[in-house]
Amino acid sequence: MDSLTNYLFVSAALFCLGLYGVITRRNGVAVLMGVELILNSANINFLAFARFGGMNITGHVYALFVIVLAAAEAAVALAIIINIFNNFKTINVDDVSQLRQ
Amino acid sequence: MVDLVFWIVVGITIASAVMVVQSKQLLYSAIALLFTFVGVAGLYIFLWADFIAVVQVVVYVGGILVLIVFGIMLTNKITSVNISHTSVQRGIGATVVLGILAGIGFMIINTPWYQVAATEPAQTTETIGRLLMMDYLLPFEVASLLLLGALIGATTLSRKED
Repeated sequence: MDSLTNYLFVSAALFCLGLYGVITRRNGVAVLMGVELILNSANINFLAFARFGGMNITGHVYALFVIVLAAAEAAVALAIIINIFNNFKTINVDDVSQLRQ
Repeated sequence: MVDLVFWIVVGITIASAVMVVQSKQLLYSAIALLFTFVGVAGLYIFLWADFIAVVQVVVYVGGILVLIVFGIMLTNKITSVNISHTSVQRGIGATVVLGILAGIGFMIINTPWYQVAATEPAQTTETIGRLLMMDYLLPFEVASLLLLGALIGATTLSRKED
């Protein structure tokens, strides 16, 4: 467990799974879940380099900012998804190709 | 012993992340996402980031996950079978993602990472607070403005027009 590459591999796996979700999922909420996985993998990287790369606590501050941005992004994205559902009666992101009805 | 716990946490994280992107039922994906977030919080603890781990649990599990479940409930009729949703282009997606994973893995193995031996800090909260209030004051304030903007924007967007 005391090795930087272990954490980097876990983070890479999470990133790729999140990317796979974003690519293959067609439900807006599921795409959002993929994005959350990607943000988490980035955070693991920040904290891993903070511990092993001599960045000390600075990496923690950046991880904190990433969490703040993820919270803001989730709130706005879900508001948009609910709006799309009210207008189009679907949240399949392939069906929503227009800005208006 | 610690090694064993580490690999169990890693296993939970990866397995539930696979469940998130694979499950046919969207609600199961959301519940699997819960375990992914908790597993990642466990990894943060292994990385000596106790404060960030607590923030992760509070914000992700307590906030974002509840938002996502609300999003699922509001955009699906919970009684209908049609909560399941389709995935497309699984083959192409998996190929591309495996290629990217191989590239990243190659990079991780072949890079001589700069590493320094560090001792575990007794606590991180105090230092984080100092950094936020001194070195990172401007980004901190900008983040608070952004959260306010996101709050107002999300409320405005999701309100029904009269």
